Amino acid sequence: MDFKQDEMHQDLIDMYRDFAQNEVKPLAAEIDENERFPDETVVKMAEMGLLGIPFPEEYGGTSMDNLSYAQCVEELSRVCATTGVIVSAHTSLCAWPIYAFGTEEQKQKYLVPLASGAKLGAFGLTEPNAGTDSGMQKTTAVLDGDSYILNGSKLFITNAGPAETYVVFAMTDKEKGTRGISAFIVEKGMPGFSIGKQEHKMGIRASATAELVFEDCKIPKENLLGEENKGFKIAMMTLDGGRIGIAAQALGIAQGAIDETVPYVNTRVQFNQRVSQFQNTQFELADMQTNVDAARLLIYRAACAKDAGEPYSHLAAMAKLFASEVSSDVTRRCVQLFGGYGYTREYPIERMMRDAKITEIYEGTSEVQKMVISAWMGVK
Amino acid sequence: MNILVCVKQVPDTTEIKINPETNTLIREGVPSIVNTFDAFALEMAARIKDTQDAKIVVMSMGPDQAKKALKECLAVGADKAYLVSDRAFSGSDTLATGYILSEAMKAVEAQEGPFDIIFCGKQAIDGDTAQTGPQLAEHLDYPQITCISDITVEDAKIRATRETEYGKEIWESSMPVLVTVTKPPYEPRYPTIKTKMAANKAEIPVLTIAEVKADPEKSGLKGSPTRVKKTYVPVLNKNGIIIKEEMAADSAKKLAGLLSDAGLV
Amino acid sequence: MDGYKNIWVWIETSSDGAARSVGLELLTPGRKMADTIGHSLIAVIIGSGADAAVKSAMAYGADQVILLDDECFAHYNTEIFTDALQELVEKYKPDTVLFGATANGRDLAPRIASRVHTGLTADCTELSIDAETGNVQWTRPAFGGNLMAVIECPNTRPQMGSVRPGVFKKGLRDDSRTVEVINETVKPPAESRAKIVEFIADAAENMVNLEEAEIIVSGGRGLGKPENFELVKALADALGGVVGSSRAAVDEGWIPHAHQVGQTGKTVGPKVYVACGISGAIQHLAGMSESDTIIAINKDPDASIFGVADYAIVGDLLEVLPALTAEVKRLKADKA
Repeated sequence: MDFKQDEMHQDLIDMYRDFAQNEVKPLAAEIDENERFPDETVVKMAEMGLLGIPFPEEYGGTSMDNLSYAQCVEELSRVCATTGVIVSAHTSLCAWPIYAFGTEEQKQKYLVPLASGAKLGAFGLTEPNAGTDSGMQKTTAVLDGDSYILNGSKLFITNAGPAETYVVFAMTDKEKGTRGISAFIVEKGMPGFSIGKQEHKMGIRASATAELVFEDCKIPKENLLGEENKGFKIAMMTLDGGRIGIAAQALGIAQGAIDETVPYVNTRVQFNQRVSQFQNTQFELADMQTNVDAARLLIYRAACAKDAGEPYSHLAAMAKLFASEVSSDVTRRCVQLFGGYGYTREYPIERMMRDAKITEIYEGTSEVQKMVISAWMGVK
Repeated sequence: MNILVCVKQVPDTTEIKINPETNTLIREGVPSIVNTFDAFALEMAARIKDTQDAKIVVMSMGPDQAKKALKECLAVGADKAYLVSDRAFSGSDTLATGYILSEAMKAVEAQEGPFDIIFCGKQAIDGDTAQTGPQLAEHLDYPQITCISDITVEDAKIRATRETEYGKEIWESSMPVLVTVTKPPYEPRYPTIKTKMAANKAEIPVLTIAEVKADPEKSGLKGSPTRVKKTYVPVLNKNGIIIKEEMAADSAKKLAGLLSDAGLV
Repeated sequence: MDGYKNIWVWIETSSDGAARSVGLELLTPGRKMADTIGHSLIAVIIGSGADAAVKSAMAYGADQVILLDDECFAHYNTEIFTDALQELVEKYKPDTVLFGATANGRDLAPRIASRVHTGLTADCTELSIDAETGNVQWTRPAFGGNLMAVIECPNTRPQMGSVRPGVFKKGLRDDSRTVEVINETVKPPAESRAKIVEFIADAAENMVNLEEAEIIVSGGRGLGKPENFELVKALADALGGVVGSSRAAVDEGWIPHAHQVGQTGKTVGPKVYVACGISGAIQHLAGMSESDTIIAINKDPDASIFGVADYAIVGDLLEVLPALTAEVKRLKADKA
């Protein structure tokens, strides 16, 4: 057991932090206010290699690992949760399944531009009537000669619009339920594929969240990802990895909230003393930081297990469950320490509270995580 | 084009705190960084390399830990790094440092070929003397242009914008030349994960006094005409007049009155 | 070390032959040190048509002036000035040489110190001389102003140092003083390798001479947004001063770098310095703590800027600044 960060990971954390503080933080309030997707940040992240961290260099990545990837999402989310989820959805939900399940041709064609950051990726599973119950897919894919014809729609898709490559799930055999789902790689601009309505959200407001619409969308047969009818497994395994990214996002938001709160309570004076001098403040912050550190250890453990090729599904579920609940709790308590100012947009703390909530919902609600964990425990 | 950039690893002076009990500097836990102005110098050099065929060598004098600073430079444009390190160099003032660097540069040139331009930061943020660059130039008998914010290379000469209190000056110089760099109108570039990883793995040769062939009499404390007699932490407590009226307007009125009485308005 | 005598002050001149202020300021501590050890105070002027500078050096207390007056010295040039000063130093063997830490002083001093193999101490804030050893006690800040160091140059002469503008005050001008002027010549300079080819008049927004300003009103992060710099400017206008800023405000992009006071900006020493919404990071204090009178306005009563302030208002800038500006205008109108 070794809890010391090695030099390479620490060097990269410093680099992520430097970038986040100087390039991402200054935009955070503005893009939230205007619900503006930060294209300029995506370009900069691509240049630095932040969009292909855990993939081999031969596929356009940097040959780093999932731990460093999680640390990147953490540092970005510490100042801007939107930027964190852009990287997380792109890396875990689009590039990763192509890396893990794609053919060599698919990897060359789709993974290389994704991992090098030339193109952004997204993942389409959720539908209006298939959220947590993702087996209830209505979107269909029918083989017609050399093509599949897709019909249906996907909802709440992160990066929809700016993304050029989409991993999309559809029923190839309606009779078989989850065993009749297949995965496809769909490109922006393919006939019959369009981006539908943009959502207006409570938090992560600058991240693009929209509907994907397929109307007799014709895609080449070779864009089937993995085997036919094996898509559900791909979706579940993809989400396992995605949970590490979202847990890291939740962790970053929580740490960022504490980062903002400590200097505030150290200077704000009430009843002739600094707010930090009240024992309640000290105990609150100590408690929060302890929880945040616990979340960090859970996340790093899950990432290291994934890097080691060990089973990590339950570890990722625990990390995401804990980190997202800590994130909501910590940001709410930080707003309380700020008092009235914390409720205004003059300070970033209200944004962090709004941003934190989604981490308990997307890529598997807290309840889903508990299902995964209890199943792993053998609870029947 | 062969470029040398001299860098210094310094404590981040924005992170230094004072221990109020002992009134001394707390140096523990203060991060070490590449001196801010040296980072500007490296970026200026890297921008030359962006547009023409050039090699950038970075050189630093300091303890073994300064390799970290050199690695940071390798991640943002430098091609090769050398550390000049020997116990005989410790305690050097700027005169001795200028001498050692001039000898070290000759040793590096034996490996890398002669340098056309030597870049230094205007000053180091720990010592703030702004002397080492010009003193290195003097030891080399090179022309110098100090405090520049821009440079262009034209055939056999350079053109640089020098910042002074009274405005900007355009200087020209033949090469080889030494320049010292102030804040340019741009920021240093970010490393990428790949350059960072490559830099992390890079081997950095260490040049000792034997390899540098420096005269021990001119190095370290022996070669330094200045001595630090004592140091102390300045006490910032003027016990000024504090004005804190209920209404801001009253505070303002009171201050204006006091200033007027003191003949300052 | 024998045979070295007298305290020299290099009086930098502008292209019209007038003395830059800092050289005249240095005659003040130079006088004191010369008297302590019984040496003469000598102004060294290298310029072209520098009569005005010679007059000023006399009026501010030099015992003698060494003048190199030639067209080739009209503009500062590292190589020409170093060669010339070397000749003078080797001929006259001064005990001590003081330089103003201007861009040119910081270019020349290390070059000449290295040329004659002696010690140089940069940016001193205090000077005295040990009557017994004759060693100047050069006191200067380091680590961004967190630490003060006292430096000596015990074994070589001349001992050299530079001092930032504004640290010392000029004495009283006495135009009736006349002292000996030695008109020197040096060997004609060789073609220099680096030289000035052009001067660029600064854009109006960059034309801010903080170093020589008598009144500076500076704004920091506490202003909250760039528009609030208007309040700072209004007070500066009312007081007849110029606008400065902290690094934080420059980093936020609220005001150009030319206005920045502090370690990575300018070092200033005005009569009055008003710090508005500046917390007082040591790097900022390093750039302005030599001001004669410091006024700080900040809503945080624990802000470290208050540690150096002569007058402190604890309150909201947005209320205090307009009220103060109005009050200053009223007082000025009353006096007029």
